[in-house]
Amino acid sequence: MKRMIAISLLIVGAALLAGCPKKPTVSEPSSTGSQVPSSTTTGGVGGPSTSMTPLGGDNGAMGAAGANGPLSGRTVYFDFDKAEIKPEFTDLIASFARNMTGHSNLKLRLEGNTDERGTREYNIGLGERRAQAVRRALMLLGVPETQLTTVSYGAERPAAEGDDEAAWSQNRRVEMVYLP
Amino acid sequence: MTKTFRAFLFLVLPVFCCAAHAEFVVEITRGQSLAIPIAVVPFSSAQESAASFDVADLVGDDLLRSGRFNPMDRKDMIEQPRTGAEIAFDDWRRLNSDYMVVGTLSALGPDRFNIVFELYNVLTRQRLLGYQISTNRAGLRLASHQVADMVFEKILGVRGAFATRVAYISVLGHLPNRRYRLIVADADGNNPRIIMESGEPLMSPAWSPDGQSLAYVSFEDKLPTVYVQTLKSGERHRVSARAGVNQAPAWSPDGKKLALTLSTRDGNLDIYVLDLATQALTRITDDPAIDTEPQWSKDGMSLYFTSDRAGGPQIYKIPLAPGSKPRRLTFQGAYNARPRLSPDESQLTFVTQEDGAYRIATMDLNGRGEMQVLTKGRFDVSPSYAPNGAVIIYASRDQGRGVLALVSSDGRVQQRLVSTEGEVQEPAWGPF
Repeated sequence: MKRMIAISLLIVGAALLAGCPKKPTVSEPSSTGSQVPSSTTTGGVGGPSTSMTPLGGDNGAMGAAGANGPLSGRTVYFDFDKAEIKPEFTDLIASFARNMTGHSNLKLRLEGNTDERGTREYNIGLGERRAQAVRRALMLLGVPETQLTTVSYGAERPAAEGDDEAAWSQNRRVEMVYLP
Repeated sequence: MTKTFRAFLFLVLPVFCCAAHAEFVVEITRGQSLAIPIAVVPFSSAQESAASFDVADLVGDDLLRSGRFNPMDRKDMIEQPRTGAEIAFDDWRRLNSDYMVVGTLSALGPDRFNIVFELYNVLTRQRLLGYQISTNRAGLRLASHQVADMVFEKILGVRGAFATRVAYISVLGHLPNRRYRLIVADADGNNPRIIMESGEPLMSPAWSPDGQSLAYVSFEDKLPTVYVQTLKSGERHRVSARAGVNQAPAWSPDGKKLALTLSTRDGNLDIYVLDLATQALTRITDDPAIDTEPQWSKDGMSLYFTSDRAGGPQIYKIPLAPGSKPRRLTFQGAYNARPRLSPDESQLTFVTQEDGAYRIATMDLNGRGEMQVLTKGRFDVSPSYAPNGAVIIYASRDQGRGVLALVSSDGRVQQRLVSTEGEVQEPAWGPF
């Protein structure tokens, strides 16, 4: 349990680092030792419960193919125009970190995506910013830089079609994909 | 095409829904009351072989789409003169036609045609233009666009841009089986030609200044790569496949360099200039913010670009001289991005956020930087000027589909081009 809290704090730290320090919109830690509040607005973003499916055991029996299986969580969802990792995704990221640190042969690609709103090229930038937030969180948890790559698809590869919040919330995401 | 056209404010009017190979249906969504009435009389033909092509129909459609003209409906024409000598000017004056185009199309050989046309001022009975154009069948469309270009320029004093081309991205199918196509078509949407097709995203087509090549971004290898492809030969060169981001190519005015957005290892996007001959790479911006969407000034000495260094995205201009600092240009609103420069550099067009919607705006570059929002959609992005600066083409949404739309650069005339196949995105209007 102590370890989980420590990991959560590390990820909170990563989330704060991820945001541009000049931005007034970055959420502030409320106090030491407690969870950072979700950075903005409404809930209902991207069905986090489905993303919390545990990944295998500590012994790393979970292979790369299994981790990318449709039933395994591998997606971190974000609030609109934000690149801060929300607390509900700390466990998911921690489980990937455990798997990666134990297996130096594994390579993970972090694919940043945005919803369709805004200009296409600027969205590439936002998607990259999200992928980098997850990369930093993983590195803070001990994953070597050499095992991680990022790519941003911006708004070009949506997970859901549609021009409403239901679709958008599924599209603002980073997918953690094991490379063969 | 009707008399009521002159009076409406909001009207949906399908124009060439039935053209044989049209990939688009054009709808005028907002017109202006100042459209000039003109009669484009059907071009008569002595031979059946030539009669199957309707020059006047194409010329009339071009003029209508420009938003500046109101071509007379054919069924309102009392007669169909072929030459100036046959025009009963008094009758046509009563029909409120200010100008008339008359002409003939004739076959000179198996695949050789002759277009003769004249433009008249109905009030003064003066002949303003008289030309003949000789072409083969494949050249009839282009020749007709050239007729429209000459008429447009003679009456308005602005070069016509009907005989030009537009590149865009077409997305076919649905998740997870989308197909992405880079297409080049005539400016009226006809003659679509597939330049590149992929199961992974294609984006950001950019014309070389000579109109011979397109630069674009392809994710065909799952990672972004910038390519330059020559249209005629189809020959393709990989220009940038560096680690990280390779995006937003923009040609220098002399066609020798590309401005690009690249990223450092920690994902910081900045703007670089790549010399295509020497491959020398020069970093232009250096800021932890997102710097992207570069666009060259006409003299090739500066770049306009988007940066969120002040919080949200805004438009900046930076001289290319080493050590230069960027200057912020937009201050109105929380989101202004993706600048494109008008051909005379008097105006910028870009995407702005207004009431939670994304719309096309312009900013005056000569005066006090006055900003005007031209469109009313929710998802209007990717504006691109026609080479004569009169019209801006952009990507919009219609009932959940990506469509192309046009707005005159003064905002008075709006049209929608609804694709008959798939969604369309990121139009880029080619040069003359």
